[in-house]
Amino acid sequence: MSGGKNKINVKVVEISKVNDLVTRFSFERIDGALFPTFSGGAHIVIEMKDGEINRLNPYSLMSDPMDQSLYSISVRRDDNGRGGSLFMHRKVKLNDEMVISYPVNLFAMDLRASKHLMIAGGIGITPFLAQIKQLGTLQGHFELHYSCRSRALGSYVEDLTDHYPNNVRVYFDDQKQTIDLVNLLKGQPLGTHVYVCGPKGMIEWVRNTAFEMGWPHEAVHHEEFLAPPSGVAFTVNLATSQKTIDVGEQQSLLEAIEAAGIDAPYLCRGGACGQCETRVLECDGDIQHNDHWLDDEQKVGKTHIMPCVSRFAGRNLVLDR
Amino acid sequence: MSEFQFPSSIRSRPIYGKFEARAGKDCLMIADAEGAEAILNMVQKSDDSQEMMANTHIIFIPKHTEETYVEKLKALGARQFYLGVSYEASVPRLRHILTNAHMGLQVYLAGTEGVMGQAQREAIEAGIPHVAIQMEHRGSVARRMQCVHCKGITEDVITDPFICSHCGLNLFVRDHYSRRLAAFQGVRVDAEDHGNVPDQVELYK
Repeated sequence: MSGGKNKINVKVVEISKVNDLVTRFSFERIDGALFPTFSGGAHIVIEMKDGEINRLNPYSLMSDPMDQSLYSISVRRDDNGRGGSLFMHRKVKLNDEMVISYPVNLFAMDLRASKHLMIAGGIGITPFLAQIKQLGTLQGHFELHYSCRSRALGSYVEDLTDHYPNNVRVYFDDQKQTIDLVNLLKGQPLGTHVYVCGPKGMIEWVRNTAFEMGWPHEAVHHEEFLAPPSGVAFTVNLATSQKTIDVGEQQSLLEAIEAAGIDAPYLCRGGACGQCETRVLECDGDIQHNDHWLDDEQKVGKTHIMPCVSRFAGRNLVLDR
Repeated sequence: MSEFQFPSSIRSRPIYGKFEARAGKDCLMIADAEGAEAILNMVQKSDDSQEMMANTHIIFIPKHTEETYVEKLKALGARQFYLGVSYEASVPRLRHILTNAHMGLQVYLAGTEGVMGQAQREAIEAGIPHVAIQMEHRGSVARRMQCVHCKGITEDVITDPFICSHCGLNLFVRDHYSRRLAAFQGVRVDAEDHGNVPDQVELYK
């Protein structure tokens, strides 16, 4: 069981092209009731019935957290991904019925902060859109530094610069504009928290620079969803359920466990939250740890695995599930 | 020896570590009495103490140690050195520093629990997460106590039980601590049986 497992049946009420890569989808509840409110930074997990495969992909909510009539997400098309974003872009049609999870927040703002410094890269802008709306209600103080490839691919750039001309600064890669991170962090008043969402390299750059400059860990927040990497198919024995399952090339271990009808815990499905942590009982082979949850000891010792993103290569793997 | 090993206690009771020089934009060190030794010890062990001192502001409240540490601390060559006659007298300066500080400021507090706790409260209010503030206990084990009945604060309590300096009740010294008040809680020791007050003993003796 897990917090994100409460489901909501929804209907697609908006599909809008934001730019060549990004499309916005909005949902309303089929039962006509109100959505739960959420906090900026929260995500939902969308169920996609793609033929034989049942995908569950997390997307950050970008709509107003206080608007209970509508949830919106933006999906960036990844032509080399496992197919979740292509499914959303190509197969989902207006008025389709879909199933989403309740919102879960692993990237919440610390409301004790006197200032919120947001750093976004590309599609990493989406959680900030909801946070900025929330701060509007709270009259919170924020500054957004948003880096994107080009003006044409900069999702919501105009919306942001029109509404918050004094709070938002945009950097375009194709114009060789880059965030002057060291000076930006150096001038922040005491009580500022920094938030970063974007590509892996950007997250590491911001976190490492902040820590080198003496920022406390508690004031540096990040969100990074890892897509489960595909790989060679493998077989796993599940001790508790007494089942042997096959994990396909394009499938994650967690998805395979679910396909076998086993109720496994999960929350983020991206190697970050720790919810799906599973004990390894026997391991003859190598675990490809792709999460950023387990510590090095657990990884090297092969004592635990995060089935949402990690894979296995070898002769025998027995899990306590 | 100015160091004291506190026995393990309930979770609420603050525990103190040893200073560890950390990278940061600026540095604020506050010490009272024997707390000076913690600063001297860390800076003398540091490899790049000159660079650190160039961005450091030291506030020192000597109390009974009078001149013992003053020259040694001055010799560290901090960008600013302030000698305070009391913690209370240093507060306007402390608040001024915190108001104008930037993220990356490293805060080091050393000495008695009362001074460290009050300075920690100022730093927390200014926006530094409490776990990011380094504290090293030195010197007296006297405590700053709040009477849970009248809410009055009694400073430098060294016996258990003690008499509240505001309402006069006999109070039991608890390990229950409040970061917000920067004080331990004192509860009436003879609440059930008025006048039945145990003999006073010195803390940790």
